Amino acid sequence: MSVIAFVPPRAEFVRELPPLPAHTRAHRLPLAQRLWQAAALRRGLMLALLAGLWELGARWADNDLLLPGFGQTALAFAQGLRSGELLQRAGISLALLLQGYALGVALSLALTALAVSTRLGRDLLATLTAMFNPLPAIALLPLALLWFGLGAKSLIFVLVHAVLWPLALNTLAGFQSVPETLRMAGRNYGLRGLRFVWQILVPSALPSVLSGLRIAWAFAWRTLVAAELFFGASSGGGGLGWYIFQNRNELLTDRVFAGLAMVILIGLLVETVVFNTVERLTVRRWGMLR
Amino acid sequence: MNALLQELLPAAPPAPLPDAAPAAAPARPLLQVRGLSLEYASAGQVQRATHELSFDVLEGDRYVLLGASGCGKSSLLKAIGGFLPAAEGQILLDGRAVQGPGPDRVAVFQEFDQLPPWKTVLANVMFPLLASRRASQAEARERAWHWLAKVGLADFAQRYPHQLSGGMKARVAIARALAMGPRVLLMDEPFAALDALTRRRMQEELLQLWAQERFTLVFVTHSIEEALVLGNRVLLLSPHPGRVRAELDAERFDLHSQGSPEFQAQVQRIHQLLFSGVKR
Repeated sequence: MSVIAFVPPRAEFVRELPPLPAHTRAHRLPLAQRLWQAAALRRGLMLALLAGLWELGARWADNDLLLPGFGQTALAFAQGLRSGELLQRAGISLALLLQGYALGVALSLALTALAVSTRLGRDLLATLTAMFNPLPAIALLPLALLWFGLGAKSLIFVLVHAVLWPLALNTLAGFQSVPETLRMAGRNYGLRGLRFVWQILVPSALPSVLSGLRIAWAFAWRTLVAAELFFGASSGGGGLGWYIFQNRNELLTDRVFAGLAMVILIGLLVETVVFNTVERLTVRRWGMLR
Repeated sequence: MNALLQELLPAAPPAPLPDAAPAAAPARPLLQVRGLSLEYASAGQVQRATHELSFDVLEGDRYVLLGASGCGKSSLLKAIGGFLPAAEGQILLDGRAVQGPGPDRVAVFQEFDQLPPWKTVLANVMFPLLASRRASQAEARERAWHWLAKVGLADFAQRYPHQLSGGMKARVAIARALAMGPRVLLMDEPFAALDALTRRRMQEELLQLWAQERFTLVFVTHSIEEALVLGNRVLLLSPHPGRVRAELDAERFDLHSQGSPEFQAQVQRIHQLLFSGVKR
């Protein structure tokens, strides 16, 4: 038990409040701090630092066959761009990727729409995602080759598999976390069925849907490159995976690195330009994501 | 401030109003609740939320449902909104049984997430008008401006909900509901999440709006003071399950009578009624 202290009586007071001096008003941060706030600058510095470390490590190892440096890779990359080969390979990969991605997204939206409208649909989606999400898409490639033969169809099949489950899982989780009051508000105004899904559930679940799209994009990309390493030269010249595989066979390690750099760059570009822009224009603007 | 904004903005035609003459021979109550029992299933059990409630709400009433937690007052409001089916009895609006949610009964909730965060304040107020296909785009915009001006938020029309304070969000929800011109406005503890100063202002503003528009209001609260200040009629519900304990008149109290002995006496009486004399 605490001891009750004696509190002495004090006089009351009331103050007039004069206008505040200028320096207490809102003012801009110093230039250095504002620059440091820019994420692009910070990340650029990070990349430069990593490239420097890489170059140092390569010089120290001094073995072009095993670890070409940043400079050599950049040179091979520039050559690849100039000759057009790298871009052409990337184009082949991206075209396939987009087809598989679009198909996967459409299928997963259909599945989740079914899942939110019926209990059986929900059970179906839960069972299917539990079964197939842990299964690496690439493990289905032998089967896909058996079914669809050597060609774009097999690749698209595994791509759809790579996109469908993580996206469906995220979208469903997003739909399920839509606040009850918002659902009631939507029903109050007479929204039902697809209008309800489209006007209430989808925008409200957009943060989850976007993160699902991001994950699905990464899964699709890595699945594609891996699948191309297996067999790339199917339909008139292979994609980036095949480019990497070929150059490794010829022991042109700097080109292998250039191919890898292309994979990384495209990934970064889509991540920062496409997804970040969409996020900034939607969920960040709406205060649903910080 | 409100008056100023109203002068600055073009006066839109107000929503269709109920006739402001409840005293002139009300042929039929606007809302009739008849022997209503509500149940909800949880953990394999069926719980009774309310038991055989009956009461009438007249046109232009500020009808308050008052009770401690567990008296089923929110469930009752949800049932009137059509979100919860009746286990027994029925709810009649204009003599017709309530079958499901509909834009003739617009609900304002306590939670701030009732406003879609992806819509600006203006779009939020327009949303129900467009979603229920009650108004064209231009008409909805006009009505939304009218009601935003009425709640003093015209300057914030292009903001998003996350940029507003709690009181402003409550105002948007009220403007959105009133823009629909509903037969009944349902409010489920709309000010309970606000701080005491803001709550008091919101109560004042709601009463002002009512004095201008004379809408019919069904208001749920657990605060005896709020019930007496806001309502003209107060239904007391006893808990577990909710049953009608009393229906009292509150027309004579307003925001300025809060300190008066009569007000305090009525608070005491309600307290007695709510917390004693329940035979189990």
